[in-house]
Amino acid sequence: MRVPISWLGEYVDVPADASIDDIHAALVKVGLEEEGSHDFDLQGPIVVGEVLSFEPEPQSNGKTIRWCQVRVAPEGQQAADGGADVRGIVCGAGNFFVGDKVVVTLPGAVLPGGFTIAARKTYGHVSDGMIASARELGLGDDHDGILRLTTLGLDPEVGTDALALLSLDDAAVEVNVTPDRGYAFSIRGIAREFSHSTGAAFHDPVARVVPVTGTGFPVEIHDEAPIRGRVGATVFVTRVVRGIDPTRPSPAWLVSRLTLAGIRSISLVVDITNYVMLEFGQPIHAYDLDALQGGIVVRRAAEGETLETLDGNTRALHAEDLVIADDRGAIGLAGVMGGASTEIGDGTTNVLIEAANFDPVSIARTARRHKLPSEASRRFERGVDPQVAQPAAARVVELLETLAGGTADGLGSLHHEHPELGSIMLPFGYVQRLVGVDFTADETAGALAEIGAQVEENAAGFVVTPPSWRPDIIDKASLAEEVARIVGYDRIPSILPVAPPGRGLTVGQLTRRRAADVLAAGGLVEVLAYPFLTEAQNQMFGSADGSVVPAVRVANPLDSEAALLRTSLLPGLVDIARRNLSRGLTDLALFEIGLVFLPEGGRRYGQDVLPLGAALPSDDELGELHAGIPPQPRHVGVLMLGNSVDKQPGQPAVAAGIADALDAVRLLESALAVELRIETGSHSALHPGRTADLFIETPDGAVKVGVAGELLPALAHELDLPRVVAVAEVDLDALIAAAGSTIDVAPISGYPAATQDLSLVVADGVPAGDVERTVVEGAGELLESIRLVDDYRGPGLPDASKSLTFALRFRASDRTLTAAEASEAKLAGAARAAERHGAAIRE
Amino acid sequence: MSEPIAITEQAVNDAVDAALAALETATDSATLRAVRSQHAGENSVLASLNGAIKSLPGDQKAAAGKLVGQARARVNQAIAAREAEVVTLEEQQKLAAEAIDVTAVATRRRIGARHPLSLLQDRIADIFVGMGWEVAEGPEVESEWFNFDALNFDADHPARAMQDTFFIDPPESHLVLRTHTSPVQVRSLLERDLPVYVIAPGRVYRTDELDATHTPVFSQVEGIAIDKGLTMAHLRGTLEHFARQMFGDGAKIRLRPNYFPFTEPSAEMDVWQPNAKGGARWVEWGGCGMVNPNVLRSAGIDPDEYSGFAFGMGIERTLQFRNDLNDMRDMVEGDIRFSQQFGMVV
Repeated sequence: MRVPISWLGEYVDVPADASIDDIHAALVKVGLEEEGSHDFDLQGPIVVGEVLSFEPEPQSNGKTIRWCQVRVAPEGQQAADGGADVRGIVCGAGNFFVGDKVVVTLPGAVLPGGFTIAARKTYGHVSDGMIASARELGLGDDHDGILRLTTLGLDPEVGTDALALLSLDDAAVEVNVTPDRGYAFSIRGIAREFSHSTGAAFHDPVARVVPVTGTGFPVEIHDEAPIRGRVGATVFVTRVVRGIDPTRPSPAWLVSRLTLAGIRSISLVVDITNYVMLEFGQPIHAYDLDALQGGIVVRRAAEGETLETLDGNTRALHAEDLVIADDRGAIGLAGVMGGASTEIGDGTTNVLIEAANFDPVSIARTARRHKLPSEASRRFERGVDPQVAQPAAARVVELLETLAGGTADGLGSLHHEHPELGSIMLPFGYVQRLVGVDFTADETAGALAEIGAQVEENAAGFVVTPPSWRPDIIDKASLAEEVARIVGYDRIPSILPVAPPGRGLTVGQLTRRRAADVLAAGGLVEVLAYPFLTEAQNQMFGSADGSVVPAVRVANPLDSEAALLRTSLLPGLVDIARRNLSRGLTDLALFEIGLVFLPEGGRRYGQDVLPLGAALPSDDELGELHAGIPPQPRHVGVLMLGNSVDKQPGQPAVAAGIADALDAVRLLESALAVELRIETGSHSALHPGRTADLFIETPDGAVKVGVAGELLPALAHELDLPRVVAVAEVDLDALIAAAGSTIDVAPISGYPAATQDLSLVVADGVPAGDVERTVVEGAGELLESIRLVDDYRGPGLPDASKSLTFALRFRASDRTLTAAEASEAKLAGAARAAERHGAAIRE
Repeated sequence: MSEPIAITEQAVNDAVDAALAALETATDSATLRAVRSQHAGENSVLASLNGAIKSLPGDQKAAAGKLVGQARARVNQAIAAREAEVVTLEEQQKLAAEAIDVTAVATRRRIGARHPLSLLQDRIADIFVGMGWEVAEGPEVESEWFNFDALNFDADHPARAMQDTFFIDPPESHLVLRTHTSPVQVRSLLERDLPVYVIAPGRVYRTDELDATHTPVFSQVEGIAIDKGLTMAHLRGTLEHFARQMFGDGAKIRLRPNYFPFTEPSAEMDVWQPNAKGGARWVEWGGCGMVNPNVLRSAGIDPDEYSGFAFGMGIERTLQFRNDLNDMRDMVEGDIRFSQQFGMVV
């Protein structure tokens, strides 16, 4: 809401020396946040001039300029810039006559955008100033020619300060009106709030108006389908004004105020309706009376009905839309926008004024449905004072009479069936208990009286009836806010409450933090990607077998290409890797911990009908709410490319590869105290020979929890990535769930160890991890540790086979092992491997 | 068979002198070994003299034994002393040879970094856990009931439309990307026993295009406390404690009236940032208020028995003014240089 300061000053005593900042500070204190300020950005000297003569001078570019002599000060007097009283000025416009009074910007004046006027040579003359157009003065878009003051009905003295004459020296503050405060979308409301904040006297503009009721104009409220039981129109006031002079211009002060308020001047009648809307907060509609056919009916739109609105669009109406209709059909979308058929035109002389109160919900839905947020709908959605319609209509009539030469007609109507606001019981002590301030009873009652409420006291507390313009005050909590706000939030003391002993972070929360810390300490940089994916990205990284993973779709994405929510963290990591590469950062190790969204295919989540608010849903309803949320597990993703160890003195570079991805997985294992089993795996986006599936043992068997590997080189190429890109992705929630809460600890034996090597020859397709697990199983509990130390292929071995050498360490918990015992255990392991993998011991 | 050596004092002294002279030249362990072998080994003169003792008449054996024994002891002692010197010397030479330029030692392990937004969330969690609060969580694809209805956002109220919501397809399913962390308020109240003191950090979504001050995906931290007898004074006290942990001892809170559907009274909070670069200042930090009775009713709590407060602030914004960052884009683009400035500390 933009508030011209001169206008505000009419209804509240703004101190004469109050700056824009002072006014903002006062309004912020009562909850109207500062949004900015506006003025015409003009600096004088800008004066009234009279065109004494001009010579048209055709130019070689086809244009004709006028070389004018303009009087800018009374004869013999100094002009406002200290110069001569008559100036030669070059003017490109041709819409003026000798004798016209115009606005002259003299040398030294500054126009919007810092454009400084100076005497300058142009078209062979020295132009000693400029004759201004309305647009150059910020008074509208009209740039057909210069501003002739007679068109505003003005005939001022030559040399008069044009800034004051045209109210161009005014300014406006802009404040943010929160959606509960419809009444503050008016000068009246803001003036009242300024008064609340500063104590300055408030003069209600409504009190100055004498409402006169017209009669005899047929109006019928006929709402067959009220929304939520509320009739679409509860107040409907009409007045007829005849004999308006359509040639009359809007006065300068009116145009200035509308302009500062952000509303374009259109015509005097429309400007007056907008002016009163801004002043009282009551949207007004004016119909061309002569274009109306019969009386008015307020009703819901009929099926298939259409309406051409003022913006020139023909709209298909919805059965829920509230319309104003005459005998021919809909002539306006109630409270949202008028219709073209009864629009005020250049020749309109007789008008019907409408000031109504419409149901906020009905208006909000219609405005949203037709994507038509208007000044009127914005106010109705938030609630308009039902008592202000009649005075507002009267105020419009008054202005049409005084400014437009119209005459009020007795014809009109008054319908007023707005439900009374109920009273609210405010128990003694409630406000104090909620706000924590020892307000006195007088302070409480006084603050509520100040906002316009009726306050009566009984034995238990105050019975408060909110003012008609505050439909947002519905309970004692909202009354408490008013008291706290009017007395001032500064009074609230500071007390630190003592919470009961807490349980600290959960295991999952601690684990996630540890996982992130360990990965960062392990050389990876944490990133946070947006979770929006394209179809192609989702497909690329979808699944093990390349089938499309079902994904949650955003109905209104910012980028229509990227409407899916991620099913994997890898696409986001790839995007971020590409961004870093493009910035010359070629060695990358990234990780992200975040949610992925994994709906089951074909299942519809959510629900068509939600439980109501403000009441505890039933267990069934709560169960449905929870079941309607798609699964969103937390994953860890890593990506490495370039070198994992840089080339340095005495240190060759080590290129990143699947080893780094698996190392990151090991870091996670340590952070979670879990063991993962690595098996040869497959994934549509990964190198078929360099993919590891990651499993965790659970009481229900082994569960796949992730994958590690290198991107398919062709895919890496397509993504402008280097050939080797190592990645891994693990379901962190699954790991946390599988991790035990306590660690199983074996006692440490102090007896000496026996170490032996074991070389086994197996077919080269047999995974070493499988052989290792088999040896562990076969060797039994004497085997304390096993480590693969060599994988040999070459001379001395059968074709297509390899020799795996394991370093084994044996130890008993109760005695010193003999070499024979260790050998026996080793051979048992080898025997198991022979049985399962055809392994032969290599001597 | 050679002629037995005569065990004379002269012969013994000569042998000792020869040994000591040879030791003088032994400055490394190889030479020392040779000297030891030549002058104290089995074939040394002293060993021969020692061997000759057994051939002497009985009455001379004692004197000769003493003479040779003392000589051998002297030589062995000298060798041991020399050996110690050589070991020290050689160790020093080895250390000198092993010296390297420690300013050019190769790094074997790269150090990564946490994202400052995550670190800040952890820091905030720690501050509240220190006060006995717990950390609650909720889904990012959320039911409109939790995101709006239970928070007193009427379906047709302009406040709901002003949330710039991402809706999940189809819109009739009433699922959204949560627009704030406030749905966790209701989830916490439904899941936990009273009293409840929880914070909920997490990701939220609004349909804002990315620019220097907006991002469609950002993070918030929400706080809610429901207990008997809580007032706005407790709200201010909690925020002030929090602010002092985040911004230093001089931090304080200013409340301004505002409107949120889920709180009544509602306030906008400014924080006094005492150590701001460029001078102490008030900064807009977030929203707060007393939990609206309708929110309590949505969770089945009697608003006449319990009251409480809630607050929320943007983590990005907090990081922005706490660490004097100008451009929101740096936080979301994933340029590793941004996080690397923070390392493991925010």
